Amino acid sequence: MAWWRRKKDPIEPESQASKSKTSIPKGMWSKCEACSEITYTDELVQNLRVCPLCGHHMPMPTAERIAAMVDEGSWEELDTDLRSTDPLGFCDQKPYEERIRRAIDRVGPHDAFRSGLARLGGRPVSVGFFAFEFMGGSMGSVVGEKIARVFERAVERRIPAVVFSASGGARMQEGILSLMQMAKTSVARARVREARLPYVSVCLHPTTGGVAASFAMQGDVILAEPGALVGFAGPRVIQQTIGQELPEGFQRAEFLLEHGMLDAIVSRLELREHLSQLLSLLCGEVRAPEPAATGS
Amino acid sequence: MTNRVLDFERPILELESKIRELKDLSEANDEIADEIARLEEKARRLQQERFATLSPWEQVQLAKHPDRPYTLDYVGELLTDWMELKGDRAFADDPAIVGGVGRFRGRPIVLIGHQKGRNTKENLYRNFGMARPEGYRKAQRLMAMAERFGLPIVTLIDTAGAYPGIGAEERGQSEAIAASLEQMAGLDVPTVSVVIGEGGSGGALAIGLTDRILMLEHAVYSVISPRGCASILWKDPDAEQKAADQLKLSAHDLRRLGVCDEIVPEAVGGAHRGLAETARALADAVARHLSELDAMTPQARKKARYGKYRAMGRFETAGSARTETG
Ligand SMILES: [Zn+2]
Repeated sequence: MAWWRRKKDPIEPESQASKSKTSIPKGMWSKCEACSEITYTDELVQNLRVCPLCGHHMPMPTAERIAAMVDEGSWEELDTDLRSTDPLGFCDQKPYEERIRRAIDRVGPHDAFRSGLARLGGRPVSVGFFAFEFMGGSMGSVVGEKIARVFERAVERRIPAVVFSASGGARMQEGILSLMQMAKTSVARARVREARLPYVSVCLHPTTGGVAASFAMQGDVILAEPGALVGFAGPRVIQQTIGQELPEGFQRAEFLLEHGMLDAIVSRLELREHLSQLLSLLCGEVRAPEPAATGS
Repeated sequence: MTNRVLDFERPILELESKIRELKDLSEANDEIADEIARLEEKARRLQQERFATLSPWEQVQLAKHPDRPYTLDYVGELLTDWMELKGDRAFADDPAIVGGVGRFRGRPIVLIGHQKGRNTKENLYRNFGMARPEGYRKAQRLMAMAERFGLPIVTLIDTAGAYPGIGAEERGQSEAIAASLEQMAGLDVPTVSVVIGEGGSGGALAIGLTDRILMLEHAVYSVISPRGCASILWKDPDAEQKAADQLKLSAHDLRRLGVCDEIVPEAVGGAHRGLAETARALADAVARHLSELDAMTPQARKKARYGKYRAMGRFETAGSARTETG
């Protein structure tokens, strides 16, 4: 499943990741997989896991991402009581139920998506983050439900919606019900459009399959992090189908930008600022309008 | 296409050819006539029993049977005054999806469907029914036109999936599917989709977010092909039969899971053994659903459509162990 994962992706359990900010002893180093630069892990985390030398964006645990992307102290996580079931009784090499249990033990109870309310540049937003650490960010019924709620809360509160996607696509173990999450999230997203509220989609590495082919590509504005793989079919499937080498940089954010599929590629270090400016332009200033200049 | 007869079809076909031989021989001999009648009854029973107990893997094979009727075969049976409309007005015409206008029981509708080829040459032209972004954008253009002129939309789903190719990705395969889904979510006109063969993943759903989802009896609909699923989860594409067992992809499975609204019966032995009969059942079912949808206001239809898809999926709420079902 992890065709996109480079060899040394340090995808770590969140508990450990959040600890790393404070308790990892000085002297623990991380090596950039792009330029081989060695950096203090502390320093790297401070720099949002962007290589200080070459700017390579490394995988980021969801808890760190949430903290970095919304106004400090504004995150209010919701829908935390939703749990995956095993509607098909699916068993491949392991039963699906066991896979869920293990993922919960390793990553946390939130399944592959964390939804809630937060502020961005002071503005309330309905926001959600894929947790790629949880079964490759695959979209099953719980993920689809949470995304639908992100859109519905945006409409109820008349606030913008922002979704950060990072997913290999549908969760096969839920069969047709996982495919139908594309339809479910699309009907919910359509209501945000009808309500004339902005929805910004941020594509992280990787965003593919049914997630790319639904809400991730339905944003009023679609952004991506540098180097993120974004596409419908995975590179391996394409290669097998056409039987030839794929071009350099194929399906990377830069490739999509060039082909007109993205509005912009934004560095993680500037993403929060970029989003808050964008939202203030799309839905007006957050503060009350200044008195008219004529003073009348 | 190498093999046009599936293993489980063979005994019946052999029996039928024996019956034909007997008929050719017989010179109005009563005894032979009785024997023919007996064998015909046996063939009918054999076929009925066999097709009532197909394994998931056999269902998959039947759904992709090389002789199975395709969209344009049904167009010929269902519609009069059919006029195909081509092109996405941006890049190309994609022959893997056909669309157009025609009269369904006298009433103009827009029909859109995946189109496979019957032989190698046709399949090269139709790309085996695997659409590129142009196909979905043509569908969007036709749906927008249907919306302007208040024409109901019927879609016929029959694809292994959206085409995974370099050009398709360059031109935004995921955007094309995503845009189709969002457009269908907001349509005012009545919409009915029918899975007539293979319902393969997002490439199928892209023309399937409709007020009603029907399935032909031997059609399948799945989030991923059994082969794709096997190569990911079993690390072995040849485990596709095991994957087919797990995926719950038959019409009856989808009915149980609350995705399929109605199963349309096929001719005994499958749609390819009786196109006219299958098409008649299909037309009756579509007409019935359209008349139900006609009785609703556009607002009521959209609300019901929202509710239908909003409820899809199953999960628990921790603590209460309540299961939401679709
Ligand atoms: Zn670097």
